[in-house]
Amino acid sequence: MSKPLQEHDYIGLSEGPSMETSEKNKGLNLKATELRLGLPGSESPERESKIRGVNGGGDGGGKSLGGSESGSVAVKEAVPLPPKPVPEKKPQVSGSAPAAKAQVVGWPPIRSFRKNSMASNPPKNEENDADAKSGSGCLYIKVSMEGAPYLRKVDLKTYSSYTDLSLALEKMFSCFTIGQCCSHGVPSRGLSESRLIDLLHGSEYVLTYEDKDGDWMLVGDVPWEMFIESCKRLRIMKSSDAVGLAPRAMEKCRNRN
Amino acid sequence: MDPKRSRNSPDSPESTRFPDEVLERVLSLLRSHKDRSSVSLVCKDWYNAERWTRTHVFIGNCYSVSPEIVSGRFPAIRSVTLKGKPRFSDFNLVPENWGADIHQWLVVFAEKYPFLEELRLKRMTVTDESLEFLATSFSNFRAISLLSCDGFSTDGLAAIATHCKNLTELDIQENDMEDNGGGWLSCFPENFTSLEVLNFASQQGDVSFDALERLVARCKSLRVLKVDKYVKLEQLHRLLVQSPQLTDLGTGNFQQELTPRQFAELESAFRNCKNLHTLSGLWDATSLYFPVLYSACGSLTFLNLSYAALQSGDLVKLLPHCPNLRRLWVLDTVEDKGLEAIGSSCPLLAELRVFPADPFDLDINHGVTESGFIAVSCGCPKLHYVLYFCRQMTNAAVATIVQNCPDFTHFRLCIMNPRQPDYLTGEPMDEAFGAVVKTCTKLQRLAISGLLTDLTFEYIGKYAKNLETLSVAFAGSSDWGMQCVLRGCAKLRKLEIRDSPFGNAALLSGLAKYESMRSLWMSACNVTMNACRILAREKPRLNVEVMKDDETDSRVDKVYVYRSVAGPRRDAPPFVLTL
Repeated sequence: MSKPLQEHDYIGLSEGPSMETSEKNKGLNLKATELRLGLPGSESPERESKIRGVNGGGDGGGKSLGGSESGSVAVKEAVPLPPKPVPEKKPQVSGSAPAAKAQVVGWPPIRSFRKNSMASNPPKNEENDADAKSGSGCLYIKVSMEGAPYLRKVDLKTYSSYTDLSLALEKMFSCFTIGQCCSHGVPSRGLSESRLIDLLHGSEYVLTYEDKDGDWMLVGDVPWEMFIESCKRLRIMKSSDAVGLAPRAMEKCRNRN
Repeated sequence: MDPKRSRNSPDSPESTRFPDEVLERVLSLLRSHKDRSSVSLVCKDWYNAERWTRTHVFIGNCYSVSPEIVSGRFPAIRSVTLKGKPRFSDFNLVPENWGADIHQWLVVFAEKYPFLEELRLKRMTVTDESLEFLATSFSNFRAISLLSCDGFSTDGLAAIATHCKNLTELDIQENDMEDNGGGWLSCFPENFTSLEVLNFASQQGDVSFDALERLVARCKSLRVLKVDKYVKLEQLHRLLVQSPQLTDLGTGNFQQELTPRQFAELESAFRNCKNLHTLSGLWDATSLYFPVLYSACGSLTFLNLSYAALQSGDLVKLLPHCPNLRRLWVLDTVEDKGLEAIGSSCPLLAELRVFPADPFDLDINHGVTESGFIAVSCGCPKLHYVLYFCRQMTNAAVATIVQNCPDFTHFRLCIMNPRQPDYLTGEPMDEAFGAVVKTCTKLQRLAISGLLTDLTFEYIGKYAKNLETLSVAFAGSSDWGMQCVLRGCAKLRKLEIRDSPFGNAALLSGLAKYESMRSLWMSACNVTMNACRILAREKPRLNVEVMKDDETDSRVDKVYVYRSVAGPRRDAPPFVLTL
C-alpha cells in the first residue's frame, strides 16, 4: 500500500466547497443549520428559520461548558480547511469517470492480511487464466517440444534452478526422447539426470525460451531469477534448427562428430 | 443487591437459604457470559455462587479491567477470551506499540490460574517470549486462538508445539505473523496425538510438509485443518487421505498442474470426506479443479471463496453442488452475474460477504453493484448477515433488499468511494439506511457509507432500538447526527467514527451514556482537547485517551473512550495521552 495521507486531511467536511455547492444546489444550506457551541465571543453564523431548535442539546451543551472553552470550535469554522489533495467526487449519474483519488488511510476497511494476500496474487479479470500470472503465486508457462504432439505447462515458481527445471522437463518429455535414444542404438536405461541435459545442451536438443520482448533466447545465460521474470514460454528445439541461437550446442556437436 | 443482607437473616428471601452447593451446581450449567452477568447481579449470594462456578471469562476490552481484579473475583477460571485494540486498528488507524500486550495477563494467570486451559485473543500484541512463557507455565494448556494479533513469529508457535503436551487447538487466524520458517511443525513430539484444530492459514511461507503429514496422520481426532497457501494440491491429497474425518478444511494453493491420475485421486480423497461442513483457502482456484470438490460440497454449510478470484461462470458451475450453504464469502470478481447464481442456488443462505479484489481500483465497471445485491436478496430470504463492498448503490435498491430480507441482524455496506451519493438520483444515501433501520427491527450491527447527512443518524436514533455496534465513516453533517444516535440507541455498546464532522457538543452529549457502552472511537473528527478533558473530569470511571499528531492544532486526531474499573492504564505509550 502506498504511503497513506495524514489522517486529518480527510476529504471534505460539510464546509468543503464542492459539497457545499452540491448541497446548495438542492436548496439546502446545511451549514446554517449546523449546531455550534455558540459561546460568547465566537462568531456565530446567520441562522435561517429552519433551524432545528427543538433539541437544546447543542446550545444547551454549549452553555453548560461555561467560559472555559476557548471557543476554538467556532473559530475553527472560519479557518480554511487543509487543502484537499483530491477533487471531491460530485454527485452524478453513472457513466462519468471517477476522479483520481489519493488513497485514504485504512479505507476501504480491509484487514492487512487480506490486502497482502490479494496483492501477491492479483486477480486478472481480463486475461485468460491460461496465460502466465505474475506475483508470488505461480508462473505457468507453456513448454513445447519439436516433434511432440501436444504442449505441456510448467510452473516456473516451483523450481529454484536450471537443474531443477531440466529434471522436470526430463520427466515430462521422456516419452519422446527415449524413443530417440533407442533409435540411435543407445542402451535404453532410465533417463538419468545428465542425459537430458546432454540431450538438451548436447547433440540433439537445445532448450530455448521466448522472452518479454518476443525474442528467442538460449536458456542458461542469465541468472535464474532474471530468467523466470522474463520467460514467457519454453521450447525444446532440435539443435539443428537452433542455428544462431545455440553456438555452444553447435560446437559440442561438431566436437563430438 | 443488598450487601448487608446475610444468609441467616430472617428477612432474607427464600433464595438465600438455598444451599450453596445446589445453587452452584445450577449456576455451573450457565454458559453464556451475559446470563452469568445477570445472575451475579441478583444478590450477594448469587454473586458469590456465580463467581465460584465461572470457568470461562470473556473480556471485551482488555483495559476495562486488570488481571488482578479478574483473578480476584473469579478463582476457578480455565478459559479466557480477551480483546485488545480498537477495531480500527485492523485498518492501520492505530499506531504501532499502542498496547494491548498479553504478557502482564499471563504473568498474573501463571500465578492465579495455573490450570488455565484455553486462551483466545483478538487484536492483542503477543510476543514470542509471551508464547514461550505461556507454553511453559500452564501444564494443562489445551487451546490457543489468535485472531488479528501481532508481535509474534513462527518461533512462538514452535514454543507452543514443543511444550504443550495436551494441545488440542492451535488456531492462528489473519495475524501479522513473522515467518521464520516452517520448522515449527516439526516441534510437535512424535508421540503427540491430541490435536483437534490446526489452523496456520495465515503463514506466509513454507512449512515442513513431511512433519505436517506425519502430524495429521497421527492425530486421529483432527477435525479442523487449515493449511497455508504454500501447500500444493498434490500435498493436500496426501493430507486428506490421512484425515477423512475432517469437518473443516482450508486448502492450500488450488492451482497446480495435475495428471489425470492425480486428479482422480484427489477427487476420491474428497469423496471420502463425508463430514465436511466448512471449506476455505482455495487460493488461486479456478473452476478447472472444482469437480474434485463436488462430492464433498453436498454437506457444506460454509464456503469461503474470498481468496479465489473467481468469475461468475465459475460460481455458476460450483454452486448447484452446494445446496446446503448457510454462509458464503466471495470476491467481487464474480460480479453481479455471480451473485445472481447465488440467489438462484442457495436458498438457505444466511450470511454473505463480498470482498473487493482490488479495493483501490476506482473503475466502476469492476466488482458488484446494487443489482447483484438485489438478486441475492430475492433468492435468499433468510439472509441476516451481509458485508458488501461495492462501488455504486441506490436508495431504492437498499429499500428493495431489506423488504426482501427483513431479518438482518448485521448490515455492513461499504460503498468504497467516500461520500458517494445515490448514483442514479444524486441524492444522499440517507433513505437507504433509513429503510434498513425501519424494516430490520432485529438489527444489531450497522456499518454505513456513502454520502450521508444527519438525517441518516436521525433515522438510526429513532428506529434502531436493538443496535449494539455502529461504524461510521465520512458521514453526517453536524453534531446533531451523533447526538441522535447517542440519545436514541439504548443498547448501543460500540460506536466507532472516522472522518466525520462531529465535534465537542456531540462528544459531550454522550456523557451519561458512555459508561453503559464498551467504547467510543472518534478519529479525524472535530473534537478538541478541551472537550476531552471535560469528559475525563466529569466521568472518572471512563478512560479518555487522546492521540494527537499536530501540536499546534487543538483538535485531537483520535480519541478513544472506554469504561474501566482498572483506572487509567499504566502501559500507555508516549503518543497516547490519558486525560
